[in-house]
Parts: sequence; C-alpha cells; structure tokens
Amino acid sequence: MTDNISRSYLGAPHGVAAWLLTKDHKRIAMLYLISITIFFALGGIFAAGIRLELLTPKGDLWTPDMYNKLFTLHGVIMIFFFLIPSIPATLGNFLLPIMVGAKDLAFPRINLLSWYIYVAGALTTLAAVFNGGLDTGWTFYTPYSSIASETAVTTAAIGVFITGFSSILTGLNFIVTVHRMRAPGMTWFRLPLFVWAQYATSLVMILGTPVIAITVLLVGAERAFHFGFFDPRLGGDPVLFQHLFWFYSHPAVYIMILPGMGVMSELVAAVSRKQVFGYGFVAFSSLAIAILGFLVWGHHLFVSSQSIYAGLVFSIITMLVAVPSAVKTFNWAATMYKGSIMWTATTFWVLGFMGLFTIGGLTGLFLASMGLDIHLTDTYFVVAHFHYIMVGGAIMAYMGGLHFWWPKMTGKMYNEPGAIASAILVFVGFNLTFFPQFILGYMGMPRRYHAYPEEWQVLNVASTLGASVLFLGYLLPAFYLTWSLVKGKEAPANPWGAKGLEWTVPSPPPTFNFDEDPVVDEPAYNYKPTREVHVG
Amino acid sequence: MSSSPFPLFPPNASSVATEMDLLYLFIAAVSAFFVVLVAALVFVFAVKYRRRHPDEVGADIHGSLALELTWTVIPFILAMVMFVWGADLFFRLSRPPADAMEVFVVGKQWMWKVQHPEGKREINELHVPVGRPVRITLGSEDVIHDYSIPAMRVKMDAVPGKLTTLWFEPTVAGTYHLFCAEYCGTKHSGMIGQVIAMAPQEYEAWLSDAGTGAGGVSAAANGEKLFSEYACVTCHKGDGSGRGPILNGVFGSQVKLADGRTVTADENYIRESVMTPTAKVVAGFQPIMPPFQGTISEENLIQIIAYIKTLKASAPAAAEKK
Repeated sequence: MTDNISRSYLGAPHGVAAWLLTKDHKRIAMLYLISITIFFALGGIFAAGIRLELLTPKGDLWTPDMYNKLFTLHGVIMIFFFLIPSIPATLGNFLLPIMVGAKDLAFPRINLLSWYIYVAGALTTLAAVFNGGLDTGWTFYTPYSSIASETAVTTAAIGVFITGFSSILTGLNFIVTVHRMRAPGMTWFRLPLFVWAQYATSLVMILGTPVIAITVLLVGAERAFHFGFFDPRLGGDPVLFQHLFWFYSHPAVYIMILPGMGVMSELVAAVSRKQVFGYGFVAFSSLAIAILGFLVWGHHLFVSSQSIYAGLVFSIITMLVAVPSAVKTFNWAATMYKGSIMWTATTFWVLGFMGLFTIGGLTGLFLASMGLDIHLTDTYFVVAHFHYIMVGGAIMAYMGGLHFWWPKMTGKMYNEPGAIASAILVFVGFNLTFFPQFILGYMGMPRRYHAYPEEWQVLNVASTLGASVLFLGYLLPAFYLTWSLVKGKEAPANPWGAKGLEWTVPSPPPTFNFDEDPVVDEPAYNYKPTREVHVG
Repeated sequence: MSSSPFPLFPPNASSVATEMDLLYLFIAAVSAFFVVLVAALVFVFAVKYRRRHPDEVGADIHGSLALELTWTVIPFILAMVMFVWGADLFFRLSRPPADAMEVFVVGKQWMWKVQHPEGKREINELHVPVGRPVRITLGSEDVIHDYSIPAMRVKMDAVPGKLTTLWFEPTVAGTYHLFCAEYCGTKHSGMIGQVIAMAPQEYEAWLSDAGTGAGGVSAAANGEKLFSEYACVTCHKGDGSGRGPILNGVFGSQVKLADGRTVTADENYIRESVMTPTAKVVAGFQPIMPPFQGTISEENLIQIIAYIKTLKASAPAAAEKK
C-alpha cells in the first residue's frame, strides 16, 4: 500500500468488521457505491429483457406475466434502489461534510444505520423478486395491486417501506450537517452549489418519503386484511391511491434530478475554472424546484377522472417548473462563456448532460400541456421523457461526478481515453435508444406492452440497438475504474486544479478529512487569475 | 392512411387531430430551438475557450441580472402559451357536444364490451359513423383500464367505482387501433381492438344488420327489464306512491339532498345512488334502499341508467320545477 493511501480513510483499520461497523461518512459512501452498483446492474439486466422482447412485434421471448415482471422490477430496482440513493448516498455522503469543512456528518451512527436500512429494504424486495416476483409496475396502481395481482406485492411494498427510512435518515443528516457543522467562515452563500442542491433534495426526502411509506402500507393492508382504502367494492377510491402515490413520486423525480443539477454546477465551474454564473439564481432555483415539485402531482392524473379544474392548476404549476430549470441550464452555459475549458472525460459527461437534460426538460412541456397530454399520456412518449430526465440527466450527472471525484475518493487516476469512450458510447447509445420512443409515443404505442402492431418494429429495433450500445457504454467503466484501483497512477490532491475544500485535502482524504480545522475566507469558485488570462 | 414509408404521426381521423398535431409541432419547434441553442452555446464555448495553458483560469464574471431576467421571462411566456392552448383543447375534449350519439363501453380483464343504445353489442370493436360526435360512457368491472384511440387523439381511464366519458368526431372512414393504455395485468397488451369509422349510411346498415348481432333489445329497454328484475320498481313508482323518489325527469335535474346540498343527477350520481344509496340521500326520504354494490354488474347498471335517462318528467313535476 502506498504511503498516500495508508494515511487515508482507506488505510484505517481494515477487515470486514472495520468496514461494516464504520462511522466514517467516506466508507459509508463506498458501501453505498458498491450496493447501488449491484442494483444498477440488476436493473440493467431487466431492461435488457424488455428490449430483447420488443425486437419483434409478437410477444415471443417471454410469457406475458414474465414480461410484466421484467418492466416492474426494472422500475422498482432502478428507482428505489439505484436512482434515489445514487448521488446523495454516494457522492453526497462522501463530499458534503468535506465541502462544508466538517469532520463527518452530524450523526455518523445514523448514517451507518441508513445503509443497513437500505440493505434490509433491498433484501426484502429481492425476496419478493424470487418468491413470485412483482407485476404491478413500479407505480403499484390500485385496485390492480391491492386485489388483482397474484405476485408478491405485500413483500415488495414492505421492502419499499423499509427503504424509505434510509432516505429520510440521510436527508435529516444532511440538513443538520449543513445547518450546524459548517466551518468558520463557510456562510450559506459560500456553500458550493452541490451542497445547496443536496439541502433542497433532503427537504423533499424528509417531507415526501413518509407519504409513500404510508401509501404502500395501505396497499398492503388492503391486500392482506381487505381494509377498503382503494377498492371501490370495499368502499375505497382507486384514484385516491394515485394522488397519494404521486404526492411522493413526483417530488421523487426531483430527489433524483436535483442532486444531479448540484453535481453539474460543480463540474461546470471546475471544467471552466470560473465562478458559477448567477450563483444566487442557481441556488434558489434548486429550492424553487423542490417547492414547486410538491405541487404538481396531479399532472399524472389528467385522464384519471380527476376534476378538470384541479387539472388546470396542476398544469400551470407544472409549466412553472420549466422556469427554474431553464434558469439553471442557461446559467451553466453562461458559466462556460470566457472560461478556461478543460477537455477531460468529465467534460464529455457534462456536455452529454446538457444536451440530454435539456431535451428531457423540454419534453416535459408536451406532457404538462393538458390537451396534448390526453394523446401522449401512458404512451412511449412518457417513457422517453422520463428516461431523458433520469438517465440522460441524473445518471449522466452521477457518472460525471463519479469521474470528477474518483481520484479524490480512491486516490487513483483512471484511464482517460477509456472514460471518454464510455461517455461517447453512453450519449450515442442513449439517444438511439430513447429518441425513437418519442416518435413511437406520438404514434400511440402504449407503455408496458409485451406485443405491438407490426408497423412499429423499425423504431423498436433501433431502440434495442441503441440499448446495446448503451450497455457497452456502462460496462466500460467497470473495467477502467476497477483497473485504476489496481494499477492506476496515484492522484495528487487536486488533479483538475479545481476550487473547493475537498481539493485542499489529500487524495484520498484522511479519516477526519482535515488535519487542521479549515477556515473559509472566500466565496465558492473563487478562481482568480494567477497569470494573464487567455480568452482567445 | 399513411403512405409515407416512415410515418411520424398516427392517422388523422378525428375533428381534433389536426389541432392536436399543431400543438405538438408548436411545442416541438420551441423545444428544438432551445435544444439547438443550448447545444450550440456549450459546444462553441467548450471549443472556443478551451484551456491553452495549465495554469489558466476563466474570466472573473459573476452574473448578469438582465440575462437572468431574460431567461426567466421568455421561458415563462412560452410555457404560458403552451398552458393556455393545452387547457383550452383539454376543456373542449372534456365536454361532449349535446347532440353526440352515445355508446356504452365497459372494460374488464382483458376485453372491451361495447353496447350501442339501439342494443347492438360488440367486443373489442367499435363501429361509429363519420361526421357525428360520439360520446362514450366508460365503466370498468375490475381494475383501471384506459380506452385509447390514437387516430382520434383521445384517451380516458375506465375507473372501477365510477363512470367516465370521452368523445370524438370521426372525420375519415377507416379502421384504427384501439388500445388499453393503463396497465391492467397479464394480457394488458392483448386488450386491444379496432375502431371502425364508416360512412353514415353504411353505419346504419351495419346497425340494422341482424347478421352482426343486431335485433337485440335497446339498452334502455333492457334497463327497464332489469329495473323490474332488481325490484327497483316496487319503491320508485312513477306516480309518487312508492317509498323512493320518483325517477321521472330526474336525469340532468338538480336534486336536493337530506344534508342540504344540491347535486346534479348525472350518470355518476345515479350510479352511486344504486351502488351505495346512503352516500347521497334525497331530501325527504329515508336511507332504506339496500346497496347493490357487488350484486349488479357495470354493464347492467349502464343499461338501468340508460332506462332512467328515458324517463321524462310528467307534467306536474315539470311544472313544479319551473
């Protein structure tokens, strides 16, 4: 072991017990990184099952029940066990305390507990996967989920219920840390924008997650004990479920994308070596998105028999979300203006995010426009839209962040050309997979269909081909990142010449992050010219 | 319909299809503009301002209020245009024209059962005449389904426990896809069918062709029979001597409830009053009617509603209302 690493959190006491009982936020981040990567791979396998079936119009690869389980498990695994924890639990856990100048999160034991809860929830859900599966769609719509489905809905619901507590605890920990643990001189408006985004996300997590937890419990209770919440035959209302479900699950979209926006703000500033343009606007747009995000759930219910006047309100508020999203996008673009743009793998992920997230955000307008939503809802247009946000936005940002902070987290440099190839393959493969789905959606192809009319085969084949390229793009990092751990060059403390407290400590950081308590005396992203600036 | 080898639109077969496509193209054009703008900006900046020296940093620029306002106000205005246009279209599609012909559709795992007012029944097909608005009253026997006809640009959930409606006016004769668009279990992707729009005279011929299952009694006549079979008639007497309210002329009227509220007697009100009569008790009556939840199917219920719709107010009742 090199000297650099033996002095770091990675060189602290070894062994399984030392890792599984660690209270170090950085080690917990690594535990999360390993767990969510396993679930990302599992969710990806289910996705491959879906795309292979859709190569042909006939439902000939899987039985209908098997296909229904594949898309359900793809959604449940990717959303609850990969996307929601992804950036907060890995990059957030690792970086947030260092970025605010703290030795750890406010509650290190609770942080470890949150990982154990995540694992317990994940294992419970996996038990459902192997004991009957789940075929309700990740949306668990009643009364199908509560009276009709013959799969392991109750077990899966308990798994989702348990996992919710993990999010709540992480959110709580972040909020307290940001309030109480900032280093001297680290005022709110000197916080890196990643911290602002994590803060906004944490608010959504602690306010929204209890609602989904209660909702899935009600489904379980209706299934097991025939309490009439959602089944009209028992006096319940099936649409009530949709209100409760989306009251959490729409904000959950912001739990997935807000941290990605935070990562982007950091990456754009570092890649450009420049102050983030309009810092205050970018910071407050995170809060605006978090707040507005709680008031738009009814846009999932335009054709559900919801009151048309309620629909009107949900439509206009949804349109308003476009404004802070546009503000962020333009501020990122403006940050690059007269910057000093570094061209590394991180840059490719940043550019990819900008393109895909913009398309994802703008296609939300199609669905927010009530009249057009009648035609588009429940079609592949919706599938394409949210994949552009969640994969094109959230996962691109996650991958960008992982590449940017990898040297900090592991103390190793990875193979740049490999990382650039991965970013390009993901970008090309992603567009080839999901752009055709916008067209399929407008043509009317419904979601969650195991078989489809023949005239839609060409676009579906294109989509499956794209998914193969995407698969290669995501497979590549498994090699060069693993390789970097074994044979990678040692990373200096600040390989990118970036600003921020995390770059002032060694790579990888020591267990308590800072040898001396940091004092902050400058704003974030304070890139001052040390020599004549070249702006040619 | 589409002769193009690579169609981007479904067939244009209803009175709203062109407007729907225009709204789509409008938002697509705005989106394309912004995607190209953002992509061009970041790409040009990334190349033009590429780092030329390892120690180089960017210019010391912090922001611009004018620019922030620009990219707040312009997206806001564009989003509001999309909102107003979309809301207007949605409201028109939520309100069937008064002269629309009515068809009853009930979804169940995994088929669509259709009944025309004249009594003709179909499964997984729907025959409609071109040039006349068609109003579909939609119910579900089990879980949530969704009646979706892309060529007509309409879609509506069939929700158990209530009746919903959608309408469209076919403009071009042809055979079009019908899908269930809300996931409903094993054979969700098999819950499909065809909408056949026909010239009016062909539709009339089809309707009266006994070979395709015509000659059945009308929905209302069936409803009248059920009204006796379920013994509704013993209490809801036409002359007011029964223990329940007179139903003559009740459909579409304002009903005063025991708790002081007034509601409009639409399909959902009548449905609810049959299934769970205690939910809304009419002023002046006792809550003595037994609930029919679980004993009466959605299909039969729709026929009873069709019958109640035909009960016209007798002269004195009408006079009282005025």
